[in-house]
Amino acid sequence: MSTFVMPSLGADMKSAVLMEWKVKEGDPVTKGMVIAEVETSKGVIEIEVFEDGIIEKLLVEEETDCTVGTPLALIRSKDEAVNTKPTTQDLPKSPSEILKEPEHEIMLAAERIKASPAARKRAQELGIELASLGADKEAIHLAQIESEITAKIPQPSGMRQAIAKAMSRSNAEIPHYYLSASVNMTPALHWLEEYNKNRSIQDRILPTALLIRAVVYVLKEVPELNGFWKDDGLQMSMQINPGIAIALRKEGLITPAILEAGQMDLDATMQALGDLITRTRSGKLRNTEITQQTITITNLGDLGVENVYGVIYPPQVALVGFGRIMDAPWAQGDTLCVRKVMQATLAGDHRATDGRTGGKFLDRLNQILQTPEELL
Amino acid sequence: MSEEQIKESIINQIVLIAPDIDPDEILPDKNIQRSLEIDSFDFLKMLTALDVELGVAVPEADYGQVDTLNHMIAYFAKRIVS
Repeated sequence: MSTFVMPSLGADMKSAVLMEWKVKEGDPVTKGMVIAEVETSKGVIEIEVFEDGIIEKLLVEEETDCTVGTPLALIRSKDEAVNTKPTTQDLPKSPSEILKEPEHEIMLAAERIKASPAARKRAQELGIELASLGADKEAIHLAQIESEITAKIPQPSGMRQAIAKAMSRSNAEIPHYYLSASVNMTPALHWLEEYNKNRSIQDRILPTALLIRAVVYVLKEVPELNGFWKDDGLQMSMQINPGIAIALRKEGLITPAILEAGQMDLDATMQALGDLITRTRSGKLRNTEITQQTITITNLGDLGVENVYGVIYPPQVALVGFGRIMDAPWAQGDTLCVRKVMQATLAGDHRATDGRTGGKFLDRLNQILQTPEELL
Repeated sequence: MSEEQIKESIINQIVLIAPDIDPDEILPDKNIQRSLEIDSFDFLKMLTALDVELGVAVPEADYGQVDTLNHMIAYFAKRIVS
């Protein structure tokens, strides 16, 4: 029998609200299956189970605030004898009975508005009337309260504080070095346009996906930039899980990972990117996606930015930045012409690597973007 | 389909992607992506949805012709008729 506990979803997280169980007692589960949804400052996150087995017992009710490490469920491995069955039957309450607990019902009836405990607490702190949010069918989540704040009071949200903490730690601990290179994107964009011509609109590949694919491709040759700084040493990662900086419309950003991007071709990378952006904006990420990034990629080209001087997200050791692709004068041999030019930058952790490694990375990245067909 | 209906379809898609935008604030001659902060992924999603709804797929080469609300209405109006 093993205990499934509230996982840590980032160094800054102390607790989270268990919003919904996706399984019930007696359900078989397999490694990687989503068994619950929890609400954190990063939105609603789906929590995966890390082993095969059977849910023996759910230990906490839905909408409970749990600190990291709180036991949430007991999982029995399939080999274990089923002699624990009487225990299950002896349990004082079945999950459905728990949900119908009178106290719970009275509370909901009195307030008449469904809201998570975290949302209710925050609303009380801020003096926001839950009724003013006008949600009568769906339960009010913490994120909605936070968005109310940004609308009304200039007070830092949970996400703002999480970013503040991580970035302060980064600038205090990591001796950054910065490199940049001008990349002629004309060949890559031409190639992509031809490639997209024969495809339906929903199968089109965005330049961002090509750039992510290029970074992953080159990281296989320069693995020193893919990993973590831990225990005074560089730990390179076998998996390549690029965290993609995705801005949220309300405020802030999240950098969830495309997991195992090293195994993906260009189409799969685009599909994974689209899926990731959609789920980030609808608040449906998985715990592995927000905790297992091995490098960060920031593309601010859409905003017209030319150079990205990034702040590394610890314990990662590098951040790749892409600026706007713009028409610029470009010398080719003896002639001056106009090309689509983009600045690629690298922020590196100088404890882990030197400029030589970073330089090699940008050089290879530039090269591979001149022969984009290799990135298929 | 009238230009008014096309406009409504486009605005519906914008609001789906960016629920914080007040339809009255959309300036017809401003760059949609930049003025409303719609990134390239959301813009592609919008064109995909409009393809399903209006039956016109905008090729990448024509992106310059659908940069503002007015341009987009004109682009779709021309192609839906023909």
